[in-house]
Amino acid sequence: MLNYAIRRALWLVPTLLAMALVTFLVMHATPGSPLDPVAEGANPLSPEAQKNLAQHYGLDKPLYQQFAIFVGKALRGDFGNSFVYRTRTVSEIIVDAFPVSLFLGAMALALAVAGGLMLGILAAVYQNRSWDYVSVTLATFGVAVPNFVLAVFFIILFSFLVPLFPTGGWRTPRTWVLPTITLALGPMGIMARFTRASMLEVIRADYTLTARSKGLSETPVIFKHALKNALIPIVTLLGPLFAAVGTGSFFVESIFRVPGMGRFFVLSMTGRDYPMIMAVVLTYGAFLAIMNLAVDLTYGFLDPRIRY
Amino acid sequence: MSPAAATSAETAVGLLAAGGREPIVSSSLGRDALRRLRKNRLAMAGGGVVVMLILIAVFADVLSPYTYTKTNFGRLNEAPSRDYPLGTDQLGRDMLSRMIYGARVSMIVGLGAQVIVVLIGVPIGALSGYLGGRVDLFLTRFVDVMYAFPRLLFVILVMSALGAGLLNIFIAIGLTGWVGIARQTRAQVLSIKEKEFVEGARALGAGFRRLLFRHVLPNALTPIVVAVTFGIPEAIFTEAALSFIGVGINPPTPSWGQMVGEGQQYLRSSWHLCVFPSIAIAITMLSFTFLGDGVRDALDPKLK
Repeated sequence: MLNYAIRRALWLVPTLLAMALVTFLVMHATPGSPLDPVAEGANPLSPEAQKNLAQHYGLDKPLYQQFAIFVGKALRGDFGNSFVYRTRTVSEIIVDAFPVSLFLGAMALALAVAGGLMLGILAAVYQNRSWDYVSVTLATFGVAVPNFVLAVFFIILFSFLVPLFPTGGWRTPRTWVLPTITLALGPMGIMARFTRASMLEVIRADYTLTARSKGLSETPVIFKHALKNALIPIVTLLGPLFAAVGTGSFFVESIFRVPGMGRFFVLSMTGRDYPMIMAVVLTYGAFLAIMNLAVDLTYGFLDPRIRY
Repeated sequence: MSPAAATSAETAVGLLAAGGREPIVSSSLGRDALRRLRKNRLAMAGGGVVVMLILIAVFADVLSPYTYTKTNFGRLNEAPSRDYPLGTDQLGRDMLSRMIYGARVSMIVGLGAQVIVVLIGVPIGALSGYLGGRVDLFLTRFVDVMYAFPRLLFVILVMSALGAGLLNIFIAIGLTGWVGIARQTRAQVLSIKEKEFVEGARALGAGFRRLLFRHVLPNALTPIVVAVTFGIPEAIFTEAALSFIGVGINPPTPSWGQMVGEGQQYLRSSWHLCVFPSIAIAITMLSFTFLGDGVRDALDPKLK
């Protein structure tokens, strides 16, 4: 087990390196450079000035050297200066923005897990009855409808028609409600569908029958016997859920004007902000990879049948 | 029961029956699945909407009252009226016409991107699973790294590298989407190539190509079909998301995602700019998802 954990943790290093390399290559394969005078926010520059700038940012060196320098600095937590937000280092921006995204993501994830479990259990216990249809429909809605579409509906319903919540911002807890729900509905749907399937399987198992036949009432059968076993495969779902919340946050954050990492996704990419792109991709990649690792290890811990 | 076992069992029954007096009408896996699919009302409703959307996409030129580029600067951001059933947009273009042409983009991307995904993913997965050894090791490692990438982030990265446009959307979705299908195919091929009937075919002297294409791949088809059915709404979502943030379809070609993205800033004053394309995206995604659920349940009833 410990061996496995160490091996998996070490495997993170080549994964992140490969991720950095792929991002780096795609980035530099792109026509246009940050010094391009027609790029957004750039001044038309004389060739000499361009050369100076290239030298200053190390863009005149061969690609493999640029990559090596990047990796060396990144290991020390130095991602350089943002090309777009020139007065701030990338690390500063991320240190400011990442906690906001993390907070929003954590709230959404908690809501998704709680709501998804509830819907899934309801659907399985009342299989093929109205509760089942209600929760399956709700879950499918969450899975299928993109969150920027949900956001539009929510703003119209709960900000314009019934003005309960503001349309955006991040100051007061009131502003957190709509972004959190919007971000949570997709993962909640995934969770509910999976919980339902897992519960149905367990409810038909022999040990549930045994529990029933020894005279236990329905509540302890469902919660003590069935749910406990049904939860084990559900744990593996947390990995994809983290990813869903992570990538979903861009849309939700930009629509509801949340000052998180989300808005840097596209801003950095369309603005050819190389240091920022690398940092954003790697932060998300590393975060997801670590979460997946944690999930896999928890899984082995919860299910004694699994040996590594 | 796995589909492979199902078919061979049915063949066996058919053979036995053929030995008797009356021939039994054999029901193939496909026909069986179709029967189950037809009974699923939600899936059929979804299928009906999908057919309608495809028809709208094909006959967009005939159906739309205006061209999608025709501007009317006298009537900007107008609410639905008799002239413009769904109102006009910020350039005075007819929303209904743009919605109809938007269906075309969604359908082309949804269906077309899956062709690319299958063409890349299936061969890689099949070769990896079938050949094993170093090839497999290399391909699985590569697939693992690709899998670790936040998917949408990578698509956005590729799109900002290639620039907006329909063809580039195909490339971006193709480059990122094959990974899932390759994994599925590999897992299937791995388990099927050890089965007795493959062994039997090999013993009878079937070559590599015949083994792979006649015996292994057809039996690995079910999860691939399911993955493709769910891949369609995912591709539609990806296009809508890309166009929403402005790196997807090039204007003036309309796309629903782009319309939501552009209309979003006028949400308070002109709700119709955002709401109609939003509803279209929601209905399309729901229909494809219901249809996909139905196809999955029909092909593998055990999963239900």
